[in-house]
Amino acid sequence: MKPLTHLDRLEAESIHILRETAAVAEKPVMLYSVGKDSAVMLHLAVKAFYPSVPPFPLMHVDTTWKFREMIAFRDRKAKELGMELIVHTNQEGVEARVTPFTHGSAKHTDIMKTQALKQALNKYQFDVAFGGARRDEEKSRAKERVFSFRTAEHRWDPKNQRPELWNLYNTQINPGESIRVFPLSNWTELDIWQYIRRENIEIVPLYFAAERPVVDWNGVPIMVDDDRVPEELATTAVMKSVRFRTLGCYPLTGAVESSADTLEQIIQEMLLTTTSERQGRVIDSDQSASMEKKKQEGYF
Amino acid sequence: MQPGQDLIASDIVQYLENHENKSLLRFITCGSVDDGKSTLIGRLLYDSKMIFEDQLATLEADSKKVGTQGGEIDFALLVDGLAAEREQGITIDVAYRFFASDKRKFIVADTPGHEQYTRNMATGASTADVAILLIDARRGVLTQTRRHAFITYSLGIRRIVLAVNKMDLTGYDQSVFNEIVADFEDFAAELGGDLEIEPIPMSALKGDNITVKTPATAWYDGPTLMQYLDEVPVDDQRAGASFRMPVQWVNRPNLDFRGFSGQIASGTVKPGDRIKILPSAKDSKVERIVTLDGDLDMAQAGQSVTLTLADEVDCSRGDVIATAEDPAEVSDQFQVRVLWMSDQPLLPGRKYLVKIGTKQVPATINAPKYGIDINTLTDRASRTLELNEFGVCTIALDEPVAFDPYKSVREMGGFIIIDRLTNNTMGMGLVDFALRRASNIHWQALDVTKDLLAEQKGQKPVVLWFTGLSGSGKSTIANALQQRLFATGKHTFVLDGDNVRHGLNRDLGFTDADRVENIRRVANVSKLMVDAGLITLVSFISPFRSERRMARKLVGEGEFVEIYVNTPLDVAEKRDVKGLYKKARAGEIKNFTGIDSPYEPPRSPEIDIDTVSCTAEEAAEQIFSWLRAKGYVS
Repeated sequence: MKPLTHLDRLEAESIHILRETAAVAEKPVMLYSVGKDSAVMLHLAVKAFYPSVPPFPLMHVDTTWKFREMIAFRDRKAKELGMELIVHTNQEGVEARVTPFTHGSAKHTDIMKTQALKQALNKYQFDVAFGGARRDEEKSRAKERVFSFRTAEHRWDPKNQRPELWNLYNTQINPGESIRVFPLSNWTELDIWQYIRRENIEIVPLYFAAERPVVDWNGVPIMVDDDRVPEELATTAVMKSVRFRTLGCYPLTGAVESSADTLEQIIQEMLLTTTSERQGRVIDSDQSASMEKKKQEGYF
Repeated sequence: MQPGQDLIASDIVQYLENHENKSLLRFITCGSVDDGKSTLIGRLLYDSKMIFEDQLATLEADSKKVGTQGGEIDFALLVDGLAAEREQGITIDVAYRFFASDKRKFIVADTPGHEQYTRNMATGASTADVAILLIDARRGVLTQTRRHAFITYSLGIRRIVLAVNKMDLTGYDQSVFNEIVADFEDFAAELGGDLEIEPIPMSALKGDNITVKTPATAWYDGPTLMQYLDEVPVDDQRAGASFRMPVQWVNRPNLDFRGFSGQIASGTVKPGDRIKILPSAKDSKVERIVTLDGDLDMAQAGQSVTLTLADEVDCSRGDVIATAEDPAEVSDQFQVRVLWMSDQPLLPGRKYLVKIGTKQVPATINAPKYGIDINTLTDRASRTLELNEFGVCTIALDEPVAFDPYKSVREMGGFIIIDRLTNNTMGMGLVDFALRRASNIHWQALDVTKDLLAEQKGQKPVVLWFTGLSGSGKSTIANALQQRLFATGKHTFVLDGDNVRHGLNRDLGFTDADRVENIRRVANVSKLMVDAGLITLVSFISPFRSERRMARKLVGEGEFVEIYVNTPLDVAEKRDVKGLYKKARAGEIKNFTGIDSPYEPPRSPEIDIDTVSCTAEEAAEQIFSWLRAKGYVS
C-alpha cells in the first residue's frame, strides 16, 4: 500500500480530533470565519462525519465590517451543506457606533470580535468551540494545546495547560468551563494551500487577484467594499489588481498587489514572498507579545 | 522562501506535485538547560528558509535588546514564545515547530531541559519517531541526559541522534567527541539493545554539521543532521502489526446506515476481513470502508475511516474493532509503568479516571511495586509517586478493556490518568501486561443471599458512616447509638478507626496515601458486613471527600448514610480527650488532621450533628429518629 503522505497524516489527525470532540461534547460549535483555514476545517468536518452532516452548528462572529463576498459565500456554504448557521453581532457595539474608522483597529477588534465572541459563547452555552488557528501562525500559539481550556471567564492560562499525550485528549471539564479545540494545530500555511489544491476546496474569490477599488488608509492599502468608507478617503480610490492573503474586516485587511488568479499562482507568490502571512493583519503589529496577552483576555 | 526556489519560480505545478508526496517525520529535541536546543531549532528554521524577512527583522531587533549573543543573531529568541519565559530565558513548555525539506515535512516538539518539566518531555516524546538528544561538548553526559534518554526510550522511541553541540568551544576536538559517545553508549546498553544511536558533532550556533558539513570536523564522516532527518526511515511499526481500530463515534445518519468511525491504530483492513468487537468478542465481517471520496479497497494504520459491518452487532464508542485472526487482549487488571505529572502525589487506592484508546473508565492504581530511579536506572522502594517520578504499579479498572502492550502498539497500550474532581491529567501510563488473576477469579454465587440474611435478622442492613475531626465525638456517639439499637434487638457492629488500626490496618501510617488505603479497606469490610445483614457503624475520621464517595459507591446508594459529626476544630482541640492535639501542636505527631493534614467536610451528609449544642445521647437519639423516619428501623 502507498505510504501516507504528510497531508494524509494531517488530515487523519484532524478528523480524529473533530470526532473525538463531537463524541464527548455536550454542545459543540464550529467557529467559522469564512477564511481559507475555516474552509479547510469545514471540509475536514464534512469528511469526518460523512455520510452524516457534521453534528454541530457553524457560528460566525460578524463585526458587520466583513467583505460582502465573505457573507454571501458563508450563507451559500451553510445552505449547501445543510448545516445550521448562527450569526452573532455585538449589538451594544453597533448601537455605540463602533467602527474601525472611528475607533481604530484595537478597540474595534476588542468590542466587535473578542467581546462579541464571549457574548455568543455565553448566550448559547457552548461547551466546546472549534477554531481554525494554526501553531505556525505565531509564537505563543506554538505552545498552545490542541484542546485549550478556558475558565468560566473565558481566560487562558498558559502555565496551567494539560499535557497532551499520544492522540489521547482529556476532555473533562467542570460546568461553566469551556474548551477551544484547534484541529488544524499542526498544519502550516503551505499545508493548507496544498490541501485546498488537492481536495479542490472552494474558497472566497477575494483570495484571487482581480481589479478592485483600493485606497491608502494609514499606510495600508484597503479595498472600498461599501459606502461606509469615509468620503474623503473613498474619493481617492483607484482600481488595482489586488488580492488578500487573509480575510477579516475589510478596513483592517491589507490588499496585496498581485496578478495571481489561480491557486498555483497564489501558492507560488506565497512561497516566493518575503513577509509572513500575519503582516497583513493590522492587529498584530502593536507589540511583539501582543497575541499572548489578547488570548489570555479571551481573543480566540 | 522555501527550498527548491528555482523550481517554484519555473514550474510551480511540478513543485507542488513533488511536495504533495512528502512524508512526515515527528521528532523531539531534548537536553539539559543551556545545551542549545532553542538555538538548534532556530538554526534549522533559519537554514531551511522558514523565516520571513519581517520575522528576521524582529529577531534582529530582539537579539540586540535581550539577546545573549552580544548583538549577534540569537536563534533561541525565534522559538521561545511566551513572554514570561522570554524574560527568564527558559523554555517552560512544549512548543511545536514546523519546517520542511524537499523530501519531508517535520514537526518538532521543542521540550524543556528544566528538571521539573520532565512531564512536558514525555508529552513531546509520546508522538515522536526520533529524538535529538543535545549534549554540551564541554560538559558531557549528564544526569539530565540519562533521564531524557530513559524517558524517550520508555515511550517507545528507538532512534536517537546524539547531538554533541558546542564543538566550537572545544576546538572541534575528536577525542572529546569520542569520549562522550562512548560514555553514552555504555549507558544506552543498559536501556536495551534495540536503540539506534547516531552521534553527530555540531555547533548549532555556527551552523556546523546542521545542514552543511564543516571542514573543522574533517575527522567526521557521518551525515549532517538534516541529511539524517531526511533519510531516517519512518518504517512505522504500526503498519506491520495486527488490525486495531478504537471506535470513536457511531455514525448513524439514518436508519439504513450504521458506521463505526475511528483512527486505525495498527495494521490494515479490507472489506471482507473477519473482525472481533472487543471486549464483547462478538464476530462480524467488514462490509465497506466508507469515505466522502468513495469506498476504499483497503485502509492502513494512521488513517481515519468509517467501517460498516456485515452484521447488526452491538458496538459503541470505547470498543475496539480488531482482526479476528489475532484479536487484542481484554482485561481489567494490568501491570503498568506510570509517570506522574501532577504536583498532587499519586494516592494508591483512590478512584481516578483512566482513558485508554477511546475508552474512559474509573480505575484504582495500587501502591507502586517499586519506583525507578531515572538517574541510576535502579529500582527503589516507593509507596507513592510524586511529580516526575516513574514507577511500576498494578492497576484495576472498573470494566474490562481491549489493549495491546505499549511496546507493540503505542495507541493501544498508552493511557492517561485523570483526577475526577479537578479534571487535571495526573499522569500517563504504559501497559506492560494483563494480570492473570483478573480473568481467573470468578465471583462465587451463594445460595444464602444478602436479602435472606437481612430478612433472618428482621432488619434493613445499612452502613452508618461517621466522619469528623479527631475528638469530635464520633466513637462516643456510635457507642451510644449501638446501645440504643441493641436494646431494640438490632444486629449491629462498630468498626472503629483506632481499633482497626491495631489489626487489619496496622501496616498503615497517616500520610495521604495511607489514609486513602485505610478507608478503602474499611469501606470493603463495611460492605461485607452489610452483605451479612448487619447495621454497621463506621467511626473513622475519613478526611477526604473522594474516599467517602468511593465508600458510598462501593456500598451502594440507599445502604450508606453519611453522618457528619460537626465539631469545630477549636472545640475538638479544647476537649483533646487523648491529648493528641497537644502533641500535634508540639510537632510530636505529624500529618494530624486539622493541624497539618486537611479535613474536607461533607457537602451534603444525610445527617449533620452539631456536637456543641447536644450530648452524645441526644445525638444518638437524633440519628435513631432519622433511621426510623427513613424506615431503616421500625
